[in-house]
Amino acid sequence: MAKVLMKGNEAIGEAAIRAGCKNYFAYPITPQSEVAEYLVKRLPEVDGVFLQGESEVAVGYMIFGAAAAGERVMTTSSSPGISLMSEALSYIAGAQCPAVFVNIMRGGPGLGGILPSQGDYFQATKGGGHGDYHLFVFAPDGVQEAVEMTMMAFPLAEKYRGPVMILGDGMIGQMMEPVEFRDDLKVEPLNKDDWATNGMDTRKSDKRNLVRSLFLDPEVLNNNNLQLKARYEQMKKEEVQYEGYNTDADYKILIVSYGTMSRVCKTAIDEMKEEGLEIALLRPKTLFPFPEKQVFSAATKESCQAVISIEMSMGQMVEDVERCVKGQRKVHFYGECGGEIPSPEKIIEVIRGLIRGE
Amino acid sequence: MGKTFSKPEALSSTMTHYCPGCTHGIVHRLIAESIDELGIRGRTVGIAPVGCAVLAYNYFDCDFQEAAHGRAPAMATGIKRVRPDLIVFTYQGDGDLASIGMSEIIHSANRGEKFTTIFINNAIYGMTGGQMAPTTMPGQRATTAPMGRNVEETGMPIRMANLLKELVTPAYITRQAVLNPKQVNKAKKAIKKAFEYQVENKCFSFVEVISNCPTNWGLTPLDSLKWAEENLLPYYELGDYKVPE
Repeated sequence: MAKVLMKGNEAIGEAAIRAGCKNYFAYPITPQSEVAEYLVKRLPEVDGVFLQGESEVAVGYMIFGAAAAGERVMTTSSSPGISLMSEALSYIAGAQCPAVFVNIMRGGPGLGGILPSQGDYFQATKGGGHGDYHLFVFAPDGVQEAVEMTMMAFPLAEKYRGPVMILGDGMIGQMMEPVEFRDDLKVEPLNKDDWATNGMDTRKSDKRNLVRSLFLDPEVLNNNNLQLKARYEQMKKEEVQYEGYNTDADYKILIVSYGTMSRVCKTAIDEMKEEGLEIALLRPKTLFPFPEKQVFSAATKESCQAVISIEMSMGQMVEDVERCVKGQRKVHFYGECGGEIPSPEKIIEVIRGLIRGE
Repeated sequence: MGKTFSKPEALSSTMTHYCPGCTHGIVHRLIAESIDELGIRGRTVGIAPVGCAVLAYNYFDCDFQEAAHGRAPAMATGIKRVRPDLIVFTYQGDGDLASIGMSEIIHSANRGEKFTTIFINNAIYGMTGGQMAPTTMPGQRATTAPMGRNVEETGMPIRMANLLKELVTPAYITRQAVLNPKQVNKAKKAIKKAFEYQVENKCFSFVEVISNCPTNWGLTPLDSLKWAEENLLPYYELGDYKVPE
C-alpha cells in the first residue's frame, strides 16, 4: 500500500481499525483529542463503537468491561488522563484482560503543560496504579512506528492477557509524517472463550466465566500474581525491541534515548560523526520489557567510555540504564522537560562536555 | 404432587456470607427468578460492586465481572456498547453507587445505557463496618457519625430515584422495598420489569431497593425491618418514579 501523509493522532486511530479493533472509548484531553475526532467519523464506516465517556475514570472501566467481554478495545489519553485511568489499569492487569491504552505524553506534574514530554516513564513502566503489575510499554519514535506498534499491541495484549501501552508524546501525536499501514501486522483475535464474560450462549457452554481482581485467599492472590510475573518474564525473553544506531563504530559515548528525543540524538550523532567523533545510540522500542542485556553489552563495548541517558524528563529511564550497566561505566543524564525538545546542538554540547570531563 | 418451589437456575448453590437477617439474599433471588423467567441466563453478565455484595458473583450462576468501587455502571456501559445482545446488570449498594460512583450512574442513566441497575439502599456502609453513607438518615448513628448524622455538616440523605428521574432521557426508575412479603412481591415485579425493558432494548432501568442492615444498625433482624419501615420509608417513598412511554 502506498504511503499517506497523516497526523500521528489520526494515524493511531486508523491503525487500531486496521488491527481489527472496532471499539473506542475516550475523554478529550490535549494533545491527543484528534484521535477521538478522527475515530468518531471513521468507526461508523466499519460498524464500530465510539463513545465519549464522562471522565477518564469512567473510560478506564468502559475499557475494562468491553475487554472482559472479550472484544478488542482501545482508549487514548494524555498524562493527567492516564493518572485517572491508572485505577482501571490496575484492575485490568489484576483481572488479566487484554486492552490497549495510548498515552500521548504532555508535561507534568499536575496540569503541567500541553507540550511534548517523557515525564510518565515511571508511571508507564513501573505500574502507575496500585499493586504488583506491569504494562507492556511501546515507545514509538514517529508516526510510522506509532502505527506499527498500535497494530502489534492488540495481539500482544491477547497473548499476555494484559494491558499494553503505547507511550508517545505530544510531538508524535501532533506531527504529520508519511505512513504506511502494513496489512501483515494484522493478527486475528485469539479465542477468549475460556475466560471472557461474553455470555454462556455465545460460547455454547453451561459453565459461567468470572472476571475479577479480588482474591481474598492469600494463596490464590499469590498464584495470580505469580502468573502475571511469569508473563513479564516471558515478555523479557521474547518481546524486547530496540534499535542500535552507529553501534558498529568504535564509539566513545553511548546515548540511551527513546521516542522523539532519540530522533534528535540521531541527528546529533550524524553531525558529530562528520566531525570525526563516534557516538552511538541504543534506543529502546519497548520500555517494558526493557532491553537490559542490549544496554549492558552496548555500554560495555571496549571503546565506550561512558553512557548518557537523554530524556524529555528530569531523569527517569536513567535509573533503568544505571541498573542495566551494573556499574561497569559511569551513567550520566541530560534532560529537559518544560516542553522545549533539546536541539541537536544542545546534545552535541552536552556530549562534548562529557568527553572533556565536565 | 409436582415441585412447587426450587432454587432458580441463575442462583448458585453457594452459601452466602451475608449476616443473619440481611435482605441481600432476597434481592439476589428476585433477580435470579427474573433471569430464569425471561430465559436470559445464557446471555446475562452481572457486575458485582465493592461493598457487602462484592462476592455476589459467587451466588449467581451466570457470567460475572467484578468492578472497582462505584465503577460498575461504566463497566456495564463498556460491555453493553460492544455487545448489545448481552443482558447486563449492576448490583450496587449506597456507598458504591450514591457516593464514589455518583458520576458513573448519573451519566450512564443520562446516556440511556440499556442495562439494569439494582441499587440496594440500607442507609449505611455495611462491608467496611457501619460508616455513614450519603443515604444515612439525619440523626442516624454510624461509626463515622457517632452522635448521629449531622445534616448541617453533611447535608441531607440523597434520594437516588428522585435524582435520576429528573434526567430528561427516558428510563425506568422505581423505588421498592423488601421489608415484608408484600413488598418483596412488588419488588420482584419491578425487577423483572427492569430486565424486560432491557430485553426490549428500551431504556436504562433502575430499581432502588430499601433494605436493612441489622448488624451495623445494631438491631435484631425483626427490629431492623421495623426501623426501616418507620424511619426510611417516610423519606424514601416507594413507587415508580419514571416509566418509559
